[in-house]
Amino acid sequence: MKTVQFELNGNPVSLDAHEDESLLWVIRQQAGLTGTKFGCGAGFCGSCTVILNGEAVRSCVLPAMEAAGSKVLTIEGLRKNGELHPLQEEFVKNDALQCGFCTPGMIMNAYGLLLQNPEPSHQDVVIAMDENLCRCGAHNRIIKAIQDAGKQMKKSVAP
Amino acid sequence: MNSDKRINKKVLRNMRNPFGMDRRDFMKRFGTGLVVAFSVGKSPLRAGALAQDDTPGLNAFLKIGEDGKVTLYAGKIEMGQGPITSLPMEVADELDVRLEDVNMIMADTDLCPWNEGTYGSLSTRVFGQVIRGAAAKARAVLVKMAAKELSLDEAELETFEGFVRSRSNKSKKISYGQLTKGKEILETSVGDVPLKKVSEFRIMGKPMLRVDSEEKVTGEAKYSGDIQLPGMLCARILRPPSLGAKLLSVDTSKAESMEGVKIVKEGELVAILHPSQHMAAKALATVKAEWEEDEVDLDHESLFDHIQKVSTQRQVLASEGDLSIGKAAAAKEVNGIYKDPYIAHSPIENHSATAVMEEGRLKVWASCQTPYPTRDDIAEELGMDQKNVQLLPIFVGGGFGGKIYNPQAMEAARLAKLTGKPIQLSYTREEEFVYDRLRPASLVKIDSGLDEAGRITHWDFAVHMGGGRESEHFYDIPHSRTSVMRAARDTRDHIFYIGAWRAPSVNTNTFARESHMDMLAAAAGIDPVEFRLRHLEHDPRMAHVVKSGAERFGWTPAKGPSGRGYGFAVGIDVGSYVVVFVEVDVEKDTGYVQVKRAVCVQDMGMVVNPQGAKLQMEGCILMGLGYALREEIQFEGRKMLTTNYDSYSITQFNMVPEIDVHIVDSKDETPYGGGEPPVVVMGGAVANAVFDATGARIYRQPLTPERVKEAIG
Repeated sequence: MKTVQFELNGNPVSLDAHEDESLLWVIRQQAGLTGTKFGCGAGFCGSCTVILNGEAVRSCVLPAMEAAGSKVLTIEGLRKNGELHPLQEEFVKNDALQCGFCTPGMIMNAYGLLLQNPEPSHQDVVIAMDENLCRCGAHNRIIKAIQDAGKQMKKSVAP
Repeated sequence: MNSDKRINKKVLRNMRNPFGMDRRDFMKRFGTGLVVAFSVGKSPLRAGALAQDDTPGLNAFLKIGEDGKVTLYAGKIEMGQGPITSLPMEVADELDVRLEDVNMIMADTDLCPWNEGTYGSLSTRVFGQVIRGAAAKARAVLVKMAAKELSLDEAELETFEGFVRSRSNKSKKISYGQLTKGKEILETSVGDVPLKKVSEFRIMGKPMLRVDSEEKVTGEAKYSGDIQLPGMLCARILRPPSLGAKLLSVDTSKAESMEGVKIVKEGELVAILHPSQHMAAKALATVKAEWEEDEVDLDHESLFDHIQKVSTQRQVLASEGDLSIGKAAAAKEVNGIYKDPYIAHSPIENHSATAVMEEGRLKVWASCQTPYPTRDDIAEELGMDQKNVQLLPIFVGGGFGGKIYNPQAMEAARLAKLTGKPIQLSYTREEEFVYDRLRPASLVKIDSGLDEAGRITHWDFAVHMGGGRESEHFYDIPHSRTSVMRAARDTRDHIFYIGAWRAPSVNTNTFARESHMDMLAAAAGIDPVEFRLRHLEHDPRMAHVVKSGAERFGWTPAKGPSGRGYGFAVGIDVGSYVVVFVEVDVEKDTGYVQVKRAVCVQDMGMVVNPQGAKLQMEGCILMGLGYALREEIQFEGRKMLTTNYDSYSITQFNMVPEIDVHIVDSKDETPYGGGEPPVVVMGGAVANAVFDATGARIYRQPLTPERVKEAIG
């Protein structure tokens, strides 16, 4: 057992991790944040997506040790002072989910996209989200929610 | 559109507090106020529920508390399909209270009356009607009580937002809470209280956003694998290399030497337990075992020959006229054999369960569509009193019929009882595929003919090793027969577990029927919409659905193949009528099919939450595209080669068309199924559109690029 230190949702943490243990299980079991989901364990479905130093990554295939010294953002870190993040708000407004199990991964992957591309086209969203799987079939609503959130975020930073 | 945050909090409190309530607290709370317990045994809605001994004859509780707040105790679960939003709408409307005053406790088996499970579009179609009856009864009782309190005639009174008031003097009123305060009132029969007419709805029929979104977008929503208990151990179970293999010997010595590992061996069950998921998996990987595997000479290619060979026992489900007369009248024969592979439910949440023994009682949180039968099975299997097993409310991450069966709950419960420790068992994706109850692979043979005028002369439909649901055609055909062809050992001749995949059997039967209708239309040289309508003269409801769909899609008559890539299919599922029209692009050199748009028209009778119904329709279209274009379990003998999403594809963003869904404004007061209809027509719609684009008929699902390319030639 080793210890890994990184910044989790804005707070410095020092967590126990086994050798080769994925960031997913450390976040879920050591930090107790269960919003990040286990879906396939091999990086195919995207339900474990978190932001690592500004980029969306699959936490189920990322060794926790590689996160040492990094900034990690999970779904629990999006809401600020009780206010939903525009992505969360637009997922709600657009009913962009059903069972909700893929939702945290969808939102975190979309967060990564909007960091790179604040105003993605429909096609940009499709490409960026293509390997996040949703079985309930909320895809079109998710695309719209992401584009709407991009617009909201642009407005909020505008002077 | 109304997204009421207050009701959101109310309804979700119980989902967020998955540890449930103390039973004594419930009984104490149940003491005063008005409780309506609905007995379905005496009603025509028997299909909805069977009562069990702890709540004899009852299947819905509705409680009006002293504070005027209403609590619905419902045995249904929320897996995305939306009763968390729609059931309180039904109660609030029938009872005339504000939506935010309705609280709901879902599927806590200690608190809510027995329910057979959440599947088959039962929640609105059957259960919703039951609770509406209970709410209507409660309102009638309250009016009666108010008449006494206010010294007014019942006919003089009306109800409004939790009050009974005088029609002529609206300030003369009394609240439901005041009426029930301190009284112990139990009503157990519904009598003849009529339900509201659609025209009287105040809340039902208006689109409502989901009430559980905020929980789900913040990561607060709890699923069964999210429960964390002190001292909890994560379980991984030793699995055979192929289904049905017998364990000959096992060596766990290496795992035993690993720190923190606990091993349970009972019969064939070998489980590795560790506080860490990661370490439990790592320890399992060190276990050596010898197995005796079933030798089965079969794979996903030879499968259909096998099905033909073994399914020899005919059961005739329906017949009309005389097939030989029809055949004699045929100027042209059109025959086809349609093939469907095994496919998986593949919810993004794998089967999971957390279980703990507490003072002789077993508490279980399970990703499960059937909490009560699962509880009963666990109690029986573990030799426990049913009263000492409790399943608790929890969100379910997609079910689609696959979570009717819950081996993981049984395994977790067994391990919790054996060890006395809290146990969490989350299936790996591979386990999810192998232990899923797959849609049965099956084959449909249709022999048919056309006369000179282009009318169908006869129709001989036989589904081999699939189910009979909706196998019977609904067209005007004078001579027909519908059969199910079974194997001698019936479902056991399937080499994997099979079960109910969203609209069980209906997908297979509809794909075959609608592909075949399209072939007949082409053979007759008649536009396929026109061809359907000519054979639907007896059924104006279905004809209306087809015509509306064609109009919204912008269909113009042309005989197939027209080269446009237009196709459609119609179907019936749990009483709902549905059509989906699609437009496809087929890349001729690769065989790649892109569905560009889909238009769906559905007549589902009375609709409680049109927004929720549309989410289900869109979801069905997209899930259906998966089986139409991509999904197929691959295997060699009883070893599944499909183990994860690199060997099994479901619908992805790049496949998603523009979607237009439309619900027919039905005058019907009865709700029909809403969870399944469009999924049943997607296979036929896509295959027909590919035919229209290319002239190639593809008889085997899914329509992979390889198959399409080969068919184009």
